Amino acid sequence: MHGPGFISIWFFIGTLLTIYGVLITATGFYELGTPPANPPVLFSLHAGIWWGFVLLAIGLFYFLKFFPKKP
Amino acid sequence: MNQKLLTLSPVDLVVIGLYFVMVLGIGIYLKRYTKTGEDFFLAGRDMTSWIAGLSFVAANLGSLELMGWAASAYQYGILATHWYWIGAIPAMLFLGIVMMPFYYISRTHSVPGYLKLRFGESARALSAITFGFMTILMSGINMYSMALVMKIVLGWDIHFSIWVSSITVAAYVFLGGLLSAIFNEVLQFFLIWLGAIVVSILGLVEAGGWSGMVRRIHANFPGQDYTHLWAGLGSFTANPMGIHWTGIVLGLGFVISFGYWTTDFLVVQRVLSAKDLRSAKMAPIIGSAFKMAVPFIVILPGLLGLAVLPEHLVGESQAAAMHGAHTYNEVLPMMLARYCGPGLLGLGITALIAGFMSGMAGNVSAFATVWTYDIYRALIRPRASDSHYVAMGRWCTLLGVLVSIATAYVVMQFLSIMDYVQALFSFFIAPLFGTVILGMLWKRATPAAGFWGLLAGTVSSISMFLWVHFDPSALRYIALSPNAQNMAENMYRALWSWIICVVVTVVVSMFTRPKPVAELKGLVYGATDIPSEGSIPLVHRPIFWAGVVFVVFVVLNIIFW
Repeated sequence: MHGPGFISIWFFIGTLLTIYGVLITATGFYELGTPPANPPVLFSLHAGIWWGFVLLAIGLFYFLKFFPKKP
Repeated sequence: MNQKLLTLSPVDLVVIGLYFVMVLGIGIYLKRYTKTGEDFFLAGRDMTSWIAGLSFVAANLGSLELMGWAASAYQYGILATHWYWIGAIPAMLFLGIVMMPFYYISRTHSVPGYLKLRFGESARALSAITFGFMTILMSGINMYSMALVMKIVLGWDIHFSIWVSSITVAAYVFLGGLLSAIFNEVLQFFLIWLGAIVVSILGLVEAGGWSGMVRRIHANFPGQDYTHLWAGLGSFTANPMGIHWTGIVLGLGFVISFGYWTTDFLVVQRVLSAKDLRSAKMAPIIGSAFKMAVPFIVILPGLLGLAVLPEHLVGESQAAAMHGAHTYNEVLPMMLARYCGPGLLGLGITALIAGFMSGMAGNVSAFATVWTYDIYRALIRPRASDSHYVAMGRWCTLLGVLVSIATAYVVMQFLSIMDYVQALFSFFIAPLFGTVILGMLWKRATPAAGFWGLLAGTVSSISMFLWVHFDPSALRYIALSPNAQNMAENMYRALWSWIICVVVTVVVSMFTRPKPVAELKGLVYGATDIPSEGSIPLVHRPIFWAGVVFVVFVVLNIIFW
């Protein structure tokens, strides 16, 4: 779309999801070492860690596949 | 209730802040690609079927949609799913397969623009003005509702929420037009899904899967049926919605659904941006597949709330009388708070904000197009340059947002306006569907009939509303039952106004002169050469994928019967 040099929307999505993945996974690991005083239900599943990995995997896929090439 | 439901951590605030940076960054980046009217108002007609299809669904996925339908699922059970399945899928497939060729081949910029080509200036002016009015009113109401939600859930100031979110949407649509709106809608679509589905997954784990959830609901609410789609629709009193299956099938599944998905320019505009006819036909079909899956992030959390929340939620009026009670509308935030720790909670709140912004960008970009092409160019300044109309579109975006904000403040003063939101669809969208469908499929429909049919449908719908408003006993005539609830009344009113529009259009057509067939080329079935798809492999044909989606739709209805 829109000719050479145009950055795909999928690249923007990949970038944001990659950053979110890193942030949420890191927070999950931090909570693993320092459990909160009032943990959410099913805290033992550590949803932050695995869902952070899912975001990171999706994000990296789009980030790398649609990384802008030089025109 | 003055206490906020959720408390955000610094990580959550970073997640939300990054989202705002990204959407603004996309708008700034895309400004250089929106120079002509075609770029600004139709994204250069260069979108792939996937982007147009995802944007088509995202523009409809407002945050109020997420929270409102999760609340409806808690209140009415799985019946709320009808608005996603029979109330959407057949109409979306019909748009893709039957109607899209006429919209696309006619090269119209908008739905009122199609009416101009088919019926003339008066039909276009009527539909453009009613659409502009409806869009701005809806936008303001949604804006106020969103700010109210943020106040209840997060304790944010109402004025802060209204201004920050509105200015962000105004900025990125002002800069990049429909292209920017569509790109952000695709991003928002991902965030809505990834932020909301965690609740469904963890909820099912806690409840013990679907069967465990059903068992818990029966234990928590004995004697009530929250888990069957059709079984309780045999009579008005056998289901919590007070509706009969005829209302769901004819009112919702036919008139309201077909009216919204095939003639509301907010959603149709996304598909008009497709790069070719095949993409334009595929976009609603792709959208329908995702729409069919939305109940898993919207309805399921509401049902899970029935199963796992220790307290019973109540309606707004009951909550006001019972100190500390939570309302149906709080079910989604309560489920987020139940399962999501720092980071995930920020993602969930970002999903709600993204939903609001995608819906608002849809309203604003559609309003800018209809105002510029169908009101300003048609009625005020017909022969200006393309760059003048682009500038008008940009400023109209800002003006649209400002008027929406003003509307939000009016709604804040007169809260009863909120009760009439759904009625707007039956006033304007249901008759419009009658006019457009006859215009596309019946060569004999005349220009005069198009205008008078649309006017008669709209006026009759408003008249029926006022009749019941001033004489509630009239409900038994309009909705066929004195027990009908608001939703049922809206559906039957929409059905009657559509029938009146069609009857008036047919009768007036019989007594007035039709357009010559040569002038209907590209606009009407039977007078248009639709490109053959005979040489395309079966798996690339829109009709094949429409069939696949329809079969899944039927199977899902049978499974959850």
